[in-house]
Amino acid sequence: MTRTLRQAVGAHYGWRDWLAQRVTAVVMAAYTVVVLGIALWNGGIDYALWKALFASGVWKVATFVFMLALAWHAWIGVRDIWMDYIKPVGVRLTLEVLSILALAAYIGWTIQILWGGK
Amino acid sequence: MSVPDNSPPKPRPMYLNLVAIRLPIAGIASIFHRVSGAVLFLFALPLLLLTVQASLASPESFAALKAALAHPLAKLVTIGFVWAYLHHFCAGIRYLLIDLHVGDDLAPAQRSGAAVIAVSLALTLIAGVRLW
Repeated sequence: MTRTLRQAVGAHYGWRDWLAQRVTAVVMAAYTVVVLGIALWNGGIDYALWKALFASGVWKVATFVFMLALAWHAWIGVRDIWMDYIKPVGVRLTLEVLSILALAAYIGWTIQILWGGK
Repeated sequence: MSVPDNSPPKPRPMYLNLVAIRLPIAGIASIFHRVSGAVLFLFALPLLLLTVQASLASPESFAALKAALAHPLAKLVTIGFVWAYLHHFCAGIRYLLIDLHVGDDLAPAQRSGAAVIAVSLALTLIAGVRLW
């Protein structure tokens, strides 16, 4: 008789992930509506307006929160995809690690864009 | 107290011929939700960061970016990403509503699945016409 082994790369926190994916979705949807609203209100976005928008501290923080929400949301989503289609544990783990590294890099990149200017 | 059944699960009948399966409309909306999410993560996200970076760097890079995005091929890719975002957005709102038990019976769920596909395609068309 064999005992089922604990899965190394399973979803251990299904409920928390389920909730996080929905909360982050609402955060991103709200940000999207605000960006669209700004663009429609001003009849398009030119460089001066765009630059002024991203000079605002509130907007920088809002954008950063959007990026964090996106990273968390995307992590849950791509992890589900790897879990559904990639069965060999080693390959799946590699893809999961690469996904996390990419998202971490994107967060770093976002910080650079938002606060790295002269 | 019942004894937990530790015997291995019986093999289930498998019917996964993707060509022969007729996916219901809500299933089509669902697989598009997954595909669009993957596209957004793999391709749109790094390109979006590149775009935002270039757009903020200087007036010259803003203008250069605008010129680059005016290329028909760039417009085509942009419209593809716009569809992916819109479909993911609309299908996501549908899931949020279904989680709140709004329209979670079979018939309204089928209608809303079709509506998600139609609305995101219509909005993509509007965005595409404005872009071109």
